[in-house]
Formats: sequence, structure tokens, C-alpha cells
Amino acid sequence: MSEPSKQVSPMGVAADPMEDIAVESARRLAWRRAVFRFRQSSLSMLGLAMVLAVLFVAVFGSALAPFPEHIAGGVDTGNRFMPPSLAHPFGTNELGQDVLSLVMAGTRVSVLAGLGIVLIATVLGTVIGAVAGFFGGWLDEVLMRISDLQLTIPGLIFAMAVAAALGAGLFNMVIAISLGWWPGFARLVRGEVLAKREETFVVAAYAIGAHPLRILFRHILPNIISPVIVKMSLDIGFAILTVASLGFVGIGVRPPTPEWGTLLSISRSYMPDFWWTAVFPGLAMFFAIFGFNLLGDGLRDVLDPRARR
Amino acid sequence: MLEVEQVSKIFPGRKGLFGSSPEVQALKGVSLRIAKGESFGLVGESGSGKTTLTRSILRLDVPTSGRIMFEGEDLATLTPAALRHLRSKIQIVFQDPFASLNPRMSVHDIVTEPMLVHRAELGLSARQRSDRAAELLSLVGLGEQHLHRYPHEFSGGQRQRICVARALAPKPSLVLLDEPTSALDVSVQAQVLNLLIDLQDRLGLTYLFISHDLGVVRYLCDRVALILRGEIVEEGATQAVFEHPQSAYAKMLISAMPQVAFS
Repeated sequence: MSEPSKQVSPMGVAADPMEDIAVESARRLAWRRAVFRFRQSSLSMLGLAMVLAVLFVAVFGSALAPFPEHIAGGVDTGNRFMPPSLAHPFGTNELGQDVLSLVMAGTRVSVLAGLGIVLIATVLGTVIGAVAGFFGGWLDEVLMRISDLQLTIPGLIFAMAVAAALGAGLFNMVIAISLGWWPGFARLVRGEVLAKREETFVVAAYAIGAHPLRILFRHILPNIISPVIVKMSLDIGFAILTVASLGFVGIGVRPPTPEWGTLLSISRSYMPDFWWTAVFPGLAMFFAIFGFNLLGDGLRDVLDPRARR
Repeated sequence: MLEVEQVSKIFPGRKGLFGSSPEVQALKGVSLRIAKGESFGLVGESGSGKTTLTRSILRLDVPTSGRIMFEGEDLATLTPAALRHLRSKIQIVFQDPFASLNPRMSVHDIVTEPMLVHRAELGLSARQRSDRAAELLSLVGLGEQHLHRYPHEFSGGQRQRICVARALAPKPSLVLLDEPTSALDVSVQAQVLNLLIDLQDRLGLTYLFISHDLGVVRYLCDRVALILRGEIVEEGATQAVFEHPQSAYAKMLISAMPQVAFS
């Protein structure tokens, strides 16, 4: 991304003590600069718009759906397998339910699960990675070997096993997937903590006499938050995909609660004749994941300038 | 005030699958005495052990043998809590002003942090800490308007002033200056040096000034020691060392000094 010349040089604004024109606080200035850079990239803005659209549908989808009775499990056998039309833009499925309504209602489950998985994995992974990287020694060895072990097990298989043991349901599925998701965050955070631990300002904090916990929370963690946020937004897309995969193989949310993966799984036996039953849930997934990935890329460009290509 | 007695530091070598490295003896029986209120210069080239000695005095590194006494207390015998307590008395200004300030903290938070950490000893309320931060900033030649800015907004010289303000915040008696001016422009160097001299006069500080710049040391220090490959090769009053160097190394260094009159 090229820096246009109209942008004010970031260093020159407030460095000069004589220059009292810059009344704006530093934090706001940095924030405005980040927003400006983000808006320079049309792909980032597109990603943001897509994510906002997905979140909007996730919140209001059930209320705005044209056939709310179908979401609750109502059927309309007279209108089975109607191709896309004005009344049913996404067509109807084998029970005569409006696919558009189901897809809109399914957004909530998928997005909620995706956010939940990433949040739990972030908290778990950050704590484990920070402890391992900061305290080092045998604690580091033990925690990192556990996470290595975790990484050797394919995530989906692990989630299937845990979900089967815990029983079906949205909450159990979220727990099952996050239990396999944290090592990525733990490794990222550990590496960043190891690098920051050697920085002069951290040594300076030791020399001041600060308590190790204060050094970890005040000096190290705030400086590694950017890559974590970037990984979160990139991972939400994959988490949504994993939720859908579990739904597809039949573990996870049970019908009639609509969920993208389950919708796709049921429709696959009607392919290719009644293609709309499978294509539209799939496109919804594509839309959400693509949006979160574009947003993540955009955030990385703004928050983590070293990783810019 | 500070006594360094026969301190040695050996960094162990490494033997591994992918090659080994020999052990490094960074300090060989170094002894120093720094009296209250003086400026003690420590001069040596890169790799001579200057930084290891500072890290040992701050007890960021543990010496292999020897003792370091500060105000009569052996640093090695202190508990971690007592050591943290003692650290309010010994402060440091690092060489690189760009790396030694946390980029996510405002100047206010940076300067008040030592007071917050040592609030039990200093007995300052949040309000008093903020007031003292403003005071310290004006002491180092910055102003109250800089309190809520972030490090990246400052030049190297200004950042070094912030580092000095932070070092002075817990009311230390000894300040280690680890090449505080070598990363700065020459004109800014003189400003920071004059600031340091001025602060010493006003606050009665003791300095351990580490440098490879003989001119700066001659300008600032009362006594000076030369360190070469981990050993003190010469020590004495600054004037005596510069006018009548005893060791071959000191003679060589001083004869190689560019003749620029400071005074």
C-alpha cells in the first residue's frame, strides 16, 4: 500500500515542543492514522462491510426472515423443491421450507459459535503462551509439549471426539472446537513474549523494581496485542467453517435449529437436481469467511506493519 | 556507597549438536569503589565488560564470584522483595532511547511507574505522583504538555530526557549511565550532558558513567577507570589519568584522543 503525499508525516506532528498546534491527544492521532490507512484499502473496507452485513443478519436474521414459521420447524409440503423465484429467492427445500429464511436464521448459530470458539481459544492460548514464554524453564517445556501434542491431533477429529463425549448442542460444540484451537494462539503469544522479554524497556522495568506480573501485564502483553487481534479475525472464518464441518458430519447443532453445515449436509442428497438447497447455504458460508479474512488482512496491515507484503 | 569487590563473570560455553561455543570470561576480578556524590567514569571498548558490570550492579546478571555491596548491603543476600525495594535506590539510563521506553505507555505512565512501584517507600498518592511527574519533566527540560504524549512522538534527545526523568522518579542515590549520549547527535549530546551535570549539582546524585568516549568522560567525571577485556587496567582521578597515564593501554587511548578543548 503506498502512502499518499497528503498524509501528514506521523513523526513531525507533535515532536516539536514549540509546536502547540497539535492539541489532539496522541492516542486519538494514532487511532485516526490507523483508520485512515485502513480506509485506503478498498479490500479491507469491503471485508468490513461484509462482516457488518453478516453480524447484522446474525442479530436480526430470524426477525427479518420472510417465513419465520419455517425456522421453528414448520413445513409446507405443497411447495417442495421450488426453484428460486421472487417469493423464494433461494428456493425451497425437501420440506418446502424457504431456504433464504433458514440461511438467515443459521447465520446466528454459525457466527455466534465462530466468535465463541475464537474468544475461548484466545483467552486460553494467551494465558498459556504468556506463562510459558515469560516464566520459561520446565513450565515452558511442559506447556509447549502439551500444545505440540494437541497440534498433532487433527482438529476436526479431536472436536468430533470431544463433542461426541459431551453430547450434542451448540455450547458443547464450541467447547469441543476451542479445546483444539488454543495451541495456535499459545505458540503465537509465546513467541511474541519471548521476543519482547529481551527489549530494553522490559529490562528497564526490572531495573525499576517492578514485579514480574506487572512487567508481564503492563509492558509485555500490551505490546503483543496486535498480532493476537489479527489472528482472531483471521481465525473466525476458519472457526465458522469448522462449525459447519461438524454440522455436516452430524455432530453439533441438531435440526430443526438451522445451521449452515447441517443445511448443506441434508441437501447433498438432492444434488445436482435441486442445487439451490445446497448452493445458497454454501455461498453464505463463503461470504462470511471471505469477509472475516479480508477484515483480518486489513487489520494486519494496520496493526502489524511488519507483516505487510 | 558502591563497592565492587573482585567480581568475575563467566558466561558458560555451549556444547550442542550444531557446534559449540567456548565460555566467555566477561569480568575478571573487577574491583571498584564509588563514593557518594562523585561521578565515576568507566571507559572501555566494545566487549570489554562494561555492560556486564552494569547488569551485575543492577543484579540483572548474577556474578560468578565476588561481591557487590551497596550502602553496606551485599546484593547477593537480598530476598527478591528486598531487592525490588533496593532498586529504587539504583537507577539506570540506557544507551538507546528508542528502545528503552514502552511504546504503549504515555510519558505520564512511564515517569510515574517507578513511584507507583515504590509507593510504599515514597508514600505518594496518585495525585502527588502526577504532580511529581510534571515536576520531573520540567527538571529535565520538558513540559507538562508532554505528559500525555507517547514515546514515538519525541526525538532521541527528548526521549533520553524522559529516561532521565524516569530514573530520577524514585529518588535514587546512584544513577548508572550506560553510554547515555552515544546514540544522540553531537549537539544534543552536549545538552544532555549539561543536564546531567546540572541535576547532579542540584540533587546530590552519584553517577557511574559508562562510556567509550574519553572526551565526555573527562568533561563529566571526577574519577575514572579503564577496563580492558574484563580487567581494570587503570584507575584514578580523571586529571591524573589523563595527564599521567600509567598503563600502556591508557597511554595509547589518551594519545589517540582528538585534541578538542572542552573547557
